[in-house]
Amino acid sequence: MSDLAVEVRGLVKRYGDVEAVRGIDLDVSARETFGFLGPNGAGKSTTISMLCTLVTPDDGTARVAGHDVVAQRNDVRRNIGLVFQEPTLDGYLTAEQNLRFHAELYGVPKALVPARMQLVLEMVGLWERRGSLVSTYSGGMKRRLEIARGLLHAPRVLFLDEPTVGLDPQTRASIWSYIETLKQQEDITIFLTTHYMDEAEHCDRIAIIDQGRIIALDTPEALKASVGKDRVQLQVDDAGAAIEALGERFGLEATIAEGHVTVAVSGGEAFVPRLFAELGVPIRGVSVARPSLDDVFMSYTGTTIRDAEAGRQDPMLAMMRGRR
Amino acid sequence: MTSTSTAPVGAAPVAAPPGAPVRVVVPPGGIRADLRGIKVVWQRELIRFWRDKLRIVTSLVQPLIFLFVLGGGLSRLASGGTQGVDLRTFMYPGALAMAVLFTAMFSAASVVWDREYGFLREMLVAPVRRGAIVLGKCLGGATVAAFQGLLVMALAPLVHVPYSAVLVLEVLALQLLLAFMITAFGVMCAARITQMQAFMALMQMLVMPLLFLSGALFPLSGLPRWLEVLNRLDPLTYAVNPIRSAVFDRIDLTTAARAALLPGITWFGWHVPIAVQVVVVIGCSLAMLSVAIMEFRSA
Repeated sequence: MSDLAVEVRGLVKRYGDVEAVRGIDLDVSARETFGFLGPNGAGKSTTISMLCTLVTPDDGTARVAGHDVVAQRNDVRRNIGLVFQEPTLDGYLTAEQNLRFHAELYGVPKALVPARMQLVLEMVGLWERRGSLVSTYSGGMKRRLEIARGLLHAPRVLFLDEPTVGLDPQTRASIWSYIETLKQQEDITIFLTTHYMDEAEHCDRIAIIDQGRIIALDTPEALKASVGKDRVQLQVDDAGAAIEALGERFGLEATIAEGHVTVAVSGGEAFVPRLFAELGVPIRGVSVARPSLDDVFMSYTGTTIRDAEAGRQDPMLAMMRGRR
Repeated sequence: MTSTSTAPVGAAPVAAPPGAPVRVVVPPGGIRADLRGIKVVWQRELIRFWRDKLRIVTSLVQPLIFLFVLGGGLSRLASGGTQGVDLRTFMYPGALAMAVLFTAMFSAASVVWDREYGFLREMLVAPVRRGAIVLGKCLGGATVAAFQGLLVMALAPLVHVPYSAVLVLEVLALQLLLAFMITAFGVMCAARITQMQAFMALMQMLVMPLLFLSGALFPLSGLPRWLEVLNRLDPLTYAVNPIRSAVFDRIDLTTAARAALLPGITWFGWHVPIAVQVVVVIGCSLAMLSVAIMEFRSA
């Protein structure tokens, strides 16, 4: 058996006339952290649902942990952990009871359950609260408990569908620190989806998905390098003069973004001394930023994630409208 | 494809942290996995029932109102028709059935609840057959409903029915069957319903007529033809009648009273034996369970 954790060939899913996933090929190695990045409605969740055996593909094949997601559904299920976007906890049970239920459902050997439970609950910082009813938990605590539960049966592949969506920045950061710990402590492959650019940087490799297709797949560094240019922002008193001067002296097209004059330059640091020497317009401050995945997404799709989401409907919604 | 290592750069391979358990191997599916699934879903049903004490109390209110308020109030009106038997005594087996009915229905409703709150998903993605989950749910509903029935059973002396261990066991067994059938029916309906209000409305629409038609509150003798037909088609009839028969066997009845109050069930003139009635209940339960399982398999 190969040591590929996820192996996808030509995967397709249609909802009525809408092709939500239009032929995806993908390999994820064991112990890799792989991110699926794209706007809402790009096909991320549909793909993950197919990999988790919840949705049957219309075409193509997918193997997870060495098992076919259609023919060997139960074998796939034994080997994966899932954390969904929506909560799937029983609020009327305590955290501990939720985990016990899960352990039994997955057949975790009885002797291992207490140690395993303590390990995962401590990892997400909920060990002290294990006796509380889940309905008394905050949103962030619930998400952490879901992650703990997804790990309880030591899955070979952990799927995290938008693990931090709807959480405050502090909780998001703490969830990422658990995921980082997890990568080091467990022999596990993590497959996650996100539409936050900054979160995608935690991944070993990223696939950028848009309109049901993978449009780029590489390490975050390589993707950013492919964009090549740094973002240089200038604080000036006379923005108009600065933009004009940038055009005349350097042949650069500057815009105003976030209230600052902004230009994209390759080798941003080296550009700064020339800027001061040659611009001829007083500069109060300069910042240089490496290209972010936001820039990457933009360079591949010509639009930002935010604009892509605003301009496009969810395929499910589109389908429902089409039916009316 | 180059595989990317997750080990931190420059660090030695991460040693297993102290206290980390050995690799967990989730066993493959099969009958043991299914039994585990049944057991854990059943257990959850019990834990939730026990935690919700208010529900235990409120589910008792309805049968008690029927028995003591309605039964007490109507007893003078009905005294001519009951052959000297207290109307409450007559209605008692009906109350035993009712207690089970409402609790079982609530258990089935929790499927809709679980769907709304996402927990259903946790169960559906587990490496356990859907059938095991549905069966566990129905057994759980049957257990808590039969427990509720036992509470009403404790009221027997108040309506002049003497206790006996055999009676309690007989009734308990019948209540378990009835409860299982109702839960299976409810789960079958709940499989396609995503909203609690819709489910509750459907249950209101179905359960009350089924209860009234079953003869829980009136004797089956001398019914108009159309009512008789509907009564025979109502699966509850075949659970209520054996319960009544078990209770009436323990009290002194004149032959005339017995004939009027417990005429038994006939199919085209044939007296259906109690055993056959029980078989009808089991058959209906299994049919509804199968439909429920099929629905969840494709869900």
